[in-house]
Amino acid sequence: MTTYQAEIQIMLKPSVLDPAGTAVTKALQQQHYDGVQQVRIGKFIQLTLLAPDLAQAQAQVERICREVLTNPVIETYRFTVEAKA
Amino acid sequence: MKCGIVVFPGSNCDRDMAWVTHHLLGQPTRFIWHEETDLGEVDLVILPGGFSYGDYLRCGALARFSPVMQAVVRHAKAGKWVLGVCNGFQILTEVGLLPGTLMRNQDLQFICDRVPVRVERVDLPWTCRYQRGQVLTLPIAHGEGCYYAEPQVVQELEQSGQVVFRYLPPNPNGSVGDIAGICNRRGNVLGMMPHPERASDADLGNTDGLGLFTSLLAWYAETACRSC
Repeated sequence: MTTYQAEIQIMLKPSVLDPAGTAVTKALQQQHYDGVQQVRIGKFIQLTLLAPDLAQAQAQVERICREVLTNPVIETYRFTVEAKA
Repeated sequence: MKCGIVVFPGSNCDRDMAWVTHHLLGQPTRFIWHEETDLGEVDLVILPGGFSYGDYLRCGALARFSPVMQAVVRHAKAGKWVLGVCNGFQILTEVGLLPGTLMRNQDLQFICDRVPVRVERVDLPWTCRYQRGQVLTLPIAHGEGCYYAEPQVVQELEQSGQVVFRYLPPNPNGSVGDIAGICNRRGNVLGMMPHPERASDADLGNTDGLGLFTSLLAWYAETACRSC
């Protein structure tokens, strides 16, 4: 078994309004960051797991993302998995 | 009517519910710890409000995996009554018994208020003692109460009459279609953000929510008569 490190990024779907992101956008614009057009806020999750190989580690992370870490109604995800040194 | 109130770590409206079902209405009521796997012979399962698992990850996302939830899903699939209020509603969407999800309120604030809510349907066990179009004043207390679903899902909900409660303007949390509460297609699972249990005891000055519980009792009595 090898130890793998997954880094998972979860975002709201583009079609879903992000009220927190909108609030931050407005605050930045009020601070005269005139170039700021949009802020979207998501989640970042680090997950360490044991698996026989990279493919199985990826499959497991995929399932965890789909079934637990995200709500498919409003969220999307992407991740990377690497063997941990 | 035997009532079972599920208690998750972080539930905080469980006792208010029992006050209504047991103390005010005299119905046998038991608390069901979330680690239990057998609901016993309950007619009505209630998922109460609160902050199960500290709302970690997403509201209701971790409660969904509590051992008791498999039994709650079986109860619902058997056509028996499941009521989710506030955090209970969030759990029902996470576990897939109701469509859509509850998102952060539009203005980002936690709202604690009493708001007007219209009863959209009265041919259900939950509402048969109300009048269609009746406007109730019900307490709300939530930070993530903004109901959201894909437009196609909302259209299906509307077409099949699954919107049971709707906020009157101004919509407090930005929910799509002013939705405050929905049921499944079969009508035996109800989720709502307003708290009927907090508007049931006359000593608190508002009994607009009691009708939900007396509706169930009336429906229960009638179906029990038919089967005997």
